[in-house]
Amino acid sequence: MTTLLTIIVLVFILIAIWQMVKIFDLAQAKTDNAQIATDKDNTLNGYLMMGFLAFIYIITIICVVKWGDLPLLSNAASEHGGTIDNLMIISLVLIFFVQTITQFLLHYFAFKYKGEKGKQAFFFADNNKLEMIWTIIPVIVLAGLIIYGLNTWINITSVDESEDPLIVELYAQQFNWKARYAGSDNTLGKANVRLIDIDRANILGLDEADPNAQDDIITTELHLPVGKPVLFKMRSQDVLHSAYMPHFRAQMNCVPGMITQFGFTPTVTTAEMRQTPEMQEKVANINEIRVENSKPLVAKGEEALERYEFDYLLICNKICGKSHYNMQMKIIVESQEEYDAWIAEQKEFKNSLIN
Amino acid sequence: MSAHADTHAHDDDHGHHHKETFVTKYIFSMDHKMIAKQYLVTGTIMGIIGILMSIMFRIQIAWPEEPNVLFEALLGKWAPDGVMDADIYLALVTIHGTIMVFFVLTAGLSGTFSNLLIPLQIGARDMASGFLNMVSYWLFFLSSIIMVISLFVEAGPAAAGWTIYPPLSALPMAQGGSGMGMTLWLVSMAIFIASSLLGSLNYVVTVLNLRTKGMSMTRLPLTIWAFFVTAIIGVVSFPVLLSAALLLIMDRSFGTSFFLSDIFIQGEVLHYQGGSPVLFEHLFWFLGHPEVYIVILPAMGLVSEIMASNSRKPIFGYRAMIVSILAIAFLSTIVWGHHMFISGMNPFLGSVFTFTTLLIAIPSAVKAFNWITTLWKGNLQMNPAMLFSIGFVSTFITGGLTGIILGDSALDINVHDTYFVVAHFHLVMGISALYGMFAGIYHWFPKMYGRMMNKNLGYIHFWLTAVCAYGVFFPMHFIGMAGLPRRYYTNSNFPLFDDLANVNVIITVFALIGGVVQIVYLYNFFMSIFFGKKSTQNPWKATTLEWTTPVEHIHGNWPGEIPHVYRWAYDYSKPGHDVDFVAQNVPFKEGEVELHH
Repeated sequence: MTTLLTIIVLVFILIAIWQMVKIFDLAQAKTDNAQIATDKDNTLNGYLMMGFLAFIYIITIICVVKWGDLPLLSNAASEHGGTIDNLMIISLVLIFFVQTITQFLLHYFAFKYKGEKGKQAFFFADNNKLEMIWTIIPVIVLAGLIIYGLNTWINITSVDESEDPLIVELYAQQFNWKARYAGSDNTLGKANVRLIDIDRANILGLDEADPNAQDDIITTELHLPVGKPVLFKMRSQDVLHSAYMPHFRAQMNCVPGMITQFGFTPTVTTAEMRQTPEMQEKVANINEIRVENSKPLVAKGEEALERYEFDYLLICNKICGKSHYNMQMKIIVESQEEYDAWIAEQKEFKNSLIN
Repeated sequence: MSAHADTHAHDDDHGHHHKETFVTKYIFSMDHKMIAKQYLVTGTIMGIIGILMSIMFRIQIAWPEEPNVLFEALLGKWAPDGVMDADIYLALVTIHGTIMVFFVLTAGLSGTFSNLLIPLQIGARDMASGFLNMVSYWLFFLSSIIMVISLFVEAGPAAAGWTIYPPLSALPMAQGGSGMGMTLWLVSMAIFIASSLLGSLNYVVTVLNLRTKGMSMTRLPLTIWAFFVTAIIGVVSFPVLLSAALLLIMDRSFGTSFFLSDIFIQGEVLHYQGGSPVLFEHLFWFLGHPEVYIVILPAMGLVSEIMASNSRKPIFGYRAMIVSILAIAFLSTIVWGHHMFISGMNPFLGSVFTFTTLLIAIPSAVKAFNWITTLWKGNLQMNPAMLFSIGFVSTFITGGLTGIILGDSALDINVHDTYFVVAHFHLVMGISALYGMFAGIYHWFPKMYGRMMNKNLGYIHFWLTAVCAYGVFFPMHFIGMAGLPRRYYTNSNFPLFDDLANVNVIITVFALIGGVVQIVYLYNFFMSIFFGKKSTQNPWKATTLEWTTPVEHIHGNWPGEIPHVYRWAYDYSKPGHDVDFVAQNVPFKEGEVELHH
């Protein structure tokens, strides 16, 4: 209802503006009707250009102050996350610097050199020195960014098998996630969607004859021991999905017919992350919003929204169909002991089959 | 379409005059000026549909799952009790993207201005082939009709995103929109590509062969350079999308496995084996990335021309502008992989594409600095076209700069497919290209319709649009950096993002105002066609050849001889002349020399 009212009000405001312009036009009909900018138009729009420059700066400041305390720029929960954050911050600083200067020049020139009758523009067709300057400076800056960026990228994507990472399969389907742990041999059993047998509860299509598959463990929650490298092998059974773990600065598509991979080392347990001041502030803020949002629900006799508690999430970030917006799995980072206790409780594949 | 049917060409003494019926003049016209207007009006109508869709899904994002009369009225069965359905949300996002990228900013922008300006500015009587030009428009029209029809099929329109990645787009059981809706989408796009290829070939041939005497390649206005290079990119890359579409049709309808393998869906294993969706991504982006330059280069050309003429100054660095257009065109064909850093492609390829992608920032920076320098010490005439041109440079810089984050594979990992991407490409190629298109329309409206658009409405249109564009897309960077994925029907399942909900409301309010403001433009456009103030022959005092033709359109463009060209297109405020512009067809005075390189 509020939407509708907003729209109606907006429409009326516009109709009013438009009518005022028509009146303005009619009043001027005899004197100036060529529809070409006059000195008065040039002056007015010149000042508006400066106003607009201020608007750009103000909206930038508001955005940075209100929403700039970004969970994705600090508090990375993985070993490589910090390197991405550093590169991101360097790039952002550079962007804001260039943005501030170029927008100033553009709008200031538009204001300063606004047209006047009888004024002569300066015939300035080219200058090789200037062109060289603004070719070479970007070349140098970009060379730096490219080298830094590629170095970071190569470090992230190269998998060091000698570290003996924990192997975990992330399995995507419309519209949920499963995790498959490789078990005590840390080797995933062979699998193919053609082997899926729902009646026998072989939901991921594991090869029942493969000895490596026997101790595999399929779960609906992702538990990771802190400080231990983990190498994810991604599979999808139907369409493209993307395994996005924003707090770990990790993302990889899940592609039917092939296995993709991404590895990282979690460095902050869920419990530790909940205790960080930034996170506590964020969660408190969210809970305030949720209390506020619950009021109309309670008034209608519905249940209030649950209190939010922070958890790492794996979310789908590649359009995958109707319920794409609700395809998530909880990630819990915990100590090695807690992890060992949890995994010991889970059923191995060979025991989970229904005969 | 034109208001001057009654005062038809009267001074044509060159044998170009034929008896014309209503049908040959207004419908199956082979005259490039009429075809340009046809492109513009069709593109405008598609634009209205596309923008209306974006307003609907923005309302859903801001006030998720709340009933709305607009939905009830426009979406019918897809909005039971006025609440938008999740399937139609994805369809709206998909068709909005398709329509805006292809039908508005490719056909509507390049189709309109390439057709209008290439013959007029190079001094040709028409396109190389008027017939192919007509066929090109009518194929575009047909593809538009099919795309609109696809909105009304039983299971819903295509909903796999404008990138239509298989298997989602290939399997009707994966989502409703992948049935008949997707078939029509593919057919429509195949016809669209045919239209685009015919048009592009025509532009290339015309620019190469039909330039008037004295119009060397280095005297061409930058508009023509932009259209020419755009057409070449189109000819190189569009066929690849056609092949992808055909292979996808084969997978969908004839059981092949180009893009599909090992799929288990809705309780059954499908027969597909050995294909790869990543192959489709390569084919798609081999067009898809050049496509953004197909969209932006013509806008750059228009803006360069309008900035020079309204600054009463030569464009700064004419040759550097040409070189940068060529550099962008070349690089645009070897950067497509930056859309695929996390697709499962070999990480080494990611490194290569990061390198080539960041290189594009260099010619782009050169262009931006040249535009800014063009303003320096000018005598700026703040016509609406000029405002949109300045706005273009502003949004191009703001949007372009974040490209160095997205083009960097290491950073892309975390912002890929979030709202950060949405903000980036809307500013750098969506809003910018739209500004270029508006600038072109305000500037060349007198050439198209012989009348002027109302400048005060133009000012209101520009300033409100400018504020709303930043209001919509600037905050979007921040929700993207907070990790909010795009194409989510609602974020209410993620309390993690609850603190971003108010940003989405602000964005939607700006989007609503920005959308409604376009009514001012539409009113101005359509009213001015019929009731606008009559234009003079050269209202902006510009140097290029189109302003030497009569206001009333005639076949063959010039009543007498085609003008000869003696100078480049940018002799504005040249020392030694009494007036502040010297048209291209004016011979050098005695002792006059060229003052540019």
